[in-house]
Amino acid sequence: MKLLEFEKPLADIYEKIDTLKKISADPKQVHALENEADKLKAELFANLTPFQIVQIARHPQRPSTRGLIQLICSEFEELHGDRSFRDDPAIVGGIGKLADRYVMIIGHQKGTDTKDNIYRNFGMPNPEGYRKALRLMKMAEKFNLPIVTFVDTPGAYPGIGAEERGQAEAIATNLKEMIALQVPIVSIVLGEGGSGGALGIAVANRIYMLQYAIYSVISPEGCASILFRDAGKAELAAQYLKLTATDIVKLGLADGMIPEPIGGAHRDWQNTANTISKVIEKDLKTLDRISGMDLAEQRYQKFRNFGTFISS
Amino acid sequence: MSILDWFEKKEKAAITREKLNIPDDLWVKCFDCGGMLYLKDLEQNKKVCSHCNYHFRLTPLERITQLLDADSFVECNAEIAPVDFLSFSDTSPYKERIKKAQAKTIRKDAVITGTGKLLGQTISLAVMDFGFMGGSMGSVVGEKITRLIEEAIAKTQPVIIVCTSGGARIQEGLSSLMQMAKTSGALKKLSEAKLPFISILTDPTTGGTTASFAMLGDINIAEPGALISFAGPRVIEQTIREKLPEGFQRSEFLLQHGIVDLVVHRSQLREKIGQLLPALTAFRSKKTPKKDEL
Repeated sequence: MKLLEFEKPLADIYEKIDTLKKISADPKQVHALENEADKLKAELFANLTPFQIVQIARHPQRPSTRGLIQLICSEFEELHGDRSFRDDPAIVGGIGKLADRYVMIIGHQKGTDTKDNIYRNFGMPNPEGYRKALRLMKMAEKFNLPIVTFVDTPGAYPGIGAEERGQAEAIATNLKEMIALQVPIVSIVLGEGGSGGALGIAVANRIYMLQYAIYSVISPEGCASILFRDAGKAELAAQYLKLTATDIVKLGLADGMIPEPIGGAHRDWQNTANTISKVIEKDLKTLDRISGMDLAEQRYQKFRNFGTFISS
Repeated sequence: MSILDWFEKKEKAAITREKLNIPDDLWVKCFDCGGMLYLKDLEQNKKVCSHCNYHFRLTPLERITQLLDADSFVECNAEIAPVDFLSFSDTSPYKERIKKAQAKTIRKDAVITGTGKLLGQTISLAVMDFGFMGGSMGSVVGEKITRLIEEAIAKTQPVIIVCTSGGARIQEGLSSLMQMAKTSGALKKLSEAKLPFISILTDPTTGGTTASFAMLGDINIAEPGALISFAGPRVIEQTIREKLPEGFQRSEFLLQHGIVDLVVHRSQLREKIGQLLPALTAFRSKKTPKKDEL
């Protein structure tokens, strides 16, 4: 497990535990140290700064779309391609079986190691990724399948090909079309909710964030270099942006925060998956009773009401 | 003194000389070709350089005057104003930025909306203002554009938006991002009502604005040479670590890549919109033929 900068105090204890285990020392001694580690971990995680939360959200072992699908679905068939250009591995989608129902699941996918990250483009989709997502969502609407999306991207890819193939148009079209889909949509931000690249698959009836996920109009680094004119001020930018789950729920832009196990979701995928699948099942049960037209209208009104201004 | 200092000195001298000889209010230098332009001529030429066709940026009022029939514009929702609900502060507090921009533009925020007539046809019009915090879209821009579209549906009017924007307004955080879905959602309703939306893309239109309403026109029209992009050129250069090709993300490049329908010179813009609108609205006045007429 990769330890983050602020978790470094844990490293010593973990090292001691490992040594003791190797020399098969008294289990009591090991147990005591493990308790100490848990206590320290709880302390460290009780007072996280926004920028520390950004680090957790980006943890390389953070639960991913594919990992979670395996844990929450009894069956899953991945479906590929936008029918026009190529299959974008930065967004995966397909039909899964969740408890007793079929659902369309779509999500960003980062890589698990360097090679995989290059293949997945670090979870940064190209236009064809958004077009694949929309194709699958329209299919879901046709066959009356609810849609679940998992958000975890630094942002849509800023590249030459992406611009040539209409990155902006692809995202805009998703926003326009998702609003009107006549099936339930539940979105969960797992890790990084990076700007338009995240929103492009997150126009939902219910929006949740994992406890240590972030959702932001721009990355703290981007904000620091544009507004603070100093890329080193990312930590400060993270404070001002109000990008943590607590803040986003407080602002009314997400419906709820899904708690993570102590030490973060990356330490216990199974536990995280159980919580997530309970949230989805509960919501789908409620949303099932609403007609397709009402679902679309409620979704429109939800986004219609986002924004704060003075109108006198 | 190194030779570099000498060059620097020479450059500075040249600038001072220019300033001395040319009064600001009579002559301007084209930003693109450097050619000298007599201000009155430039204004008569709709602020397009007569040497190189460079399109200068317009203020919203100049744009409205150029596009609409004289005195036909009626502004609506002008009172909606921004508020610093995140207590955001970067190199200067957002509160101060709002005040400064409002004093500079004599407007509450970065878009003017209303109705008017274009060659006799009644339209709903939004014009963005790059001079107000880079035309960035926060809650006010999102709300005013959404209201304009909803009111256009109620009044059965076509919508025209003249876009120019650096993207979502960072100082309002995630709420700004949500305006993208809000405005795009309103356009879906306009689309279902079979009312046309013509998006006019002007220099520059980037980021969250491009990735929402700006790209969603039934017809997308760009002014020549405008920068229109999702990611800004600098961001892309930093990501791929190479220099971008000449003309990348300019109007003509977008036309070539199938992203805009037309690139129209400012001198023909009003006439072009005037010609296109009837084709998209004519079906409304057509009576359904009776059975025996078929």
